[in-house]
Amino acid sequence: MTQYDIAVIGGGNAALCAAMTAAESGAKVLILETAPKAYRGGNSRHTRNFRCMHTGPLGPLVETYSEDEYFEDLLKVTKGKTNETLARLAIRTSEACLPWMQDHGVRFQPSLSGTLSLGRTNAFFMGGGKSLVNAYYRTADKLGVDVLYEAAVTHLELSENAVQWVDYTHEGKSHRITPKAVVVASGGFQADTDWLTRAWGPAAQNFLIRGTPYNRGIVLADLLEQGVSQVGDADQCHAVAIDGRAPKYDGGIVTRLDCVPFSIVVNKNAERFYDEGEDVWPKRYAIWGRLVAAQPDQVGHVVIDSKSIDLFMPSVFPPLKADTLEELAALMDIDGAKLKDTVETFNAACGDTSDFHPTELDGVATSGLSPAKTNWARPITDPPFYGYSLRTGVTFTYLGLKVDENAQCSTDTGPIKNLWAAGETMAGSILGQGYLAGYGMTIGTVFGRIAGREAAAYAN
Amino acid sequence: MQTDLVQEARRQAEICNACRYCEGYCSVFPALHANRAFTDGDIAQLANLCHNCRGCYYACQYTAPHEFDLNLPAALAEVRRDSWESYAWPQPMARRFHTHGAAIVTALVVGFALLFAAIKMIGSAGGEGFYAALSHNAMVAIFAPAFLLPLASLGIGLRRYWRDVGGIGIRMSHLTKAFGRAAKMKDLAAGHGDGCNFEDEDRFSQGRRHVHQAIMYGFLLCFASTSTATVMHYVFDMPAPYPLLSLPKLLGVVGGIVLTLGCIGMIMLKRKSDPTLGDAKAWGGDMAFVALLGFVGFSGLALYALGASTAMPVLLAIHLGAVLTFFLLTPFTKMAHGFYRLAALIRDAQRVS
Repeated sequence: MTQYDIAVIGGGNAALCAAMTAAESGAKVLILETAPKAYRGGNSRHTRNFRCMHTGPLGPLVETYSEDEYFEDLLKVTKGKTNETLARLAIRTSEACLPWMQDHGVRFQPSLSGTLSLGRTNAFFMGGGKSLVNAYYRTADKLGVDVLYEAAVTHLELSENAVQWVDYTHEGKSHRITPKAVVVASGGFQADTDWLTRAWGPAAQNFLIRGTPYNRGIVLADLLEQGVSQVGDADQCHAVAIDGRAPKYDGGIVTRLDCVPFSIVVNKNAERFYDEGEDVWPKRYAIWGRLVAAQPDQVGHVVIDSKSIDLFMPSVFPPLKADTLEELAALMDIDGAKLKDTVETFNAACGDTSDFHPTELDGVATSGLSPAKTNWARPITDPPFYGYSLRTGVTFTYLGLKVDENAQCSTDTGPIKNLWAAGETMAGSILGQGYLAGYGMTIGTVFGRIAGREAAAYAN
Repeated sequence: MQTDLVQEARRQAEICNACRYCEGYCSVFPALHANRAFTDGDIAQLANLCHNCRGCYYACQYTAPHEFDLNLPAALAEVRRDSWESYAWPQPMARRFHTHGAAIVTALVVGFALLFAAIKMIGSAGGEGFYAALSHNAMVAIFAPAFLLPLASLGIGLRRYWRDVGGIGIRMSHLTKAFGRAAKMKDLAAGHGDGCNFEDEDRFSQGRRHVHQAIMYGFLLCFASTSTATVMHYVFDMPAPYPLLSLPKLLGVVGGIVLTLGCIGMIMLKRKSDPTLGDAKAWGGDMAFVALLGFVGFSGLALYALGASTAMPVLLAIHLGAVLTFFLLTPFTKMAHGFYRLAALIRDAQRVS
């Protein structure tokens, strides 16, 4: 059996970046991916862009995006819960990553329709994250990296601040290998509903997981139990409001619903609970994940009328449709008289709608209503009426491994000399809450490459 | 068109429309994203825009075993073939060849037999070269209708297609754009120009684009050869046979070689590709068609090489029999795709302009 210098645990963007970088330094690398080949790549399969600093036009990116502007954008969403040193390291390094990604097979394109606001800051992968993952597996193969699919790592034996061996199962058998160095890039724990429930309470049973079912946090839990330094809280997760009919796992991008700003949203008691028009949807969908999680049965119901049905990106599942509000309520399994009353109260609070503008904050607001709707408030009057259900969709968790600027893990007694971490599993070291589109891929790429470089330097 | 095939393509298109990750690959996606709902005509148009490059399949996070079970290249390939069959005229011929490779082979044997019979029964009035075996007038009498009738048939089918996809009056700018795309086969290059995912899963390669270009340009050179010969015969009173250093021969020999090699290459690539990402039912029919097309080129070359030998009358019958079969089956085999593809590209140029 081949003696590997480095074992990379995980098979997504960060794992692949680490594996390719280490292999280019001459190390013999094994990737242990717990998913089958068809589902390889973890949450990277569902990504679509890379947020990138640039001091001039770069690849598909126009104009400039400075380190400070990037960092300020990050601070806005994390409300200051950010490790500035590591965050700035990721930002600064991102500029050199883009050509490196191209050299390793990634192809970019101008920003997708419906995401024009990201054209300057985010480089989109042609074909999305799975095409990036495919390209990286091809390149890794050429570099001599070996990959085992359906190889589930069960334990890393830690003693004297070093990983002594790695246990995994593959094709029904247990295996033990003794690589010189290990890179952990196996994501968060959001697919383990029991763990989520312990952290969140019973409401978590009703959460949907937007990405891979394979991020169960097995390696993360194993390392934390052995005293590896932890960062972030288990009850912190990035969650957004998505189509309630989405599959439990892996629904990905198509389950997003952009109709909330043009709607009213009620809970199962047919009552409104928050300002649907607070801001443009890309800035609010994450808040709505938590709002819906706080409602009875963790469900919300969106109600719009025919005036608004063409104002947002098409949904993957067709909306519920009815000629009266009572019929719509019946389809939603909520109280029809109550819904009608809620809509009529809302309609009565709407004022002049002549300034209505679907793509900017138009100030068309309700008056005397609680909660108010502060933009896009038009009465819901024109049948047919349409409805969607909303549920909480978890993107990723923040609890993870604490790393330094070399992506190295540690315990209370100091650095673990042959263990590095990259990607979602250590992203909590940088972000305490919130999320900035495309920054996950930045963290994965930057720290994946650092981990690969450091692990190879140690192993050689 | 078959409702179940169109409905399955529509189901998949609606998922694609909520995702849009594949927008950069080819002409299909910008056209798809321009709609919120898809009529049968929209689906037919998308199907004929699709070149089965498979880039979108390998990039898709919703392919099986995911419950959304997306396989857009296959869904569109099935609708595409069904659209050619549904629009074809006359209908009794429509569904006999695309999915029946054996029927194409049978038709070829019948073509051989007809030409042998023609040579034996009509023969020659003492002409030179090939005309010593079959007179020029007899060839014209056979091939003029065999060429023009299929074109008329295709015209009827294309008019039905154009009506269904909502085509409008064609302007020069539409044609320039569509012919430009077809000439470079841009939709087989993917948006980044690296080619398609055909013979080796998700690896991008120019292989299919290049062999397809060889077939198209080889065929056009052969067609140009025949056309120049016709002009030389009727306009300049210069009947065949022609020397090597003449337009018909230069175009024909080069075209024949390129066409034959292109068809061999296409068959080899198709054998390596995953049939479940295309129209699996039409696999045999497509292969038989490519083989027929390659045989037309190869038998033409053989006829040229051995034209002065005693084998000439036999080779002539075989080559002309293959040509006859190829012409007559054009509206009912994969050959129709060239015409529909061009129509779809013209329609797409109208959408953008």
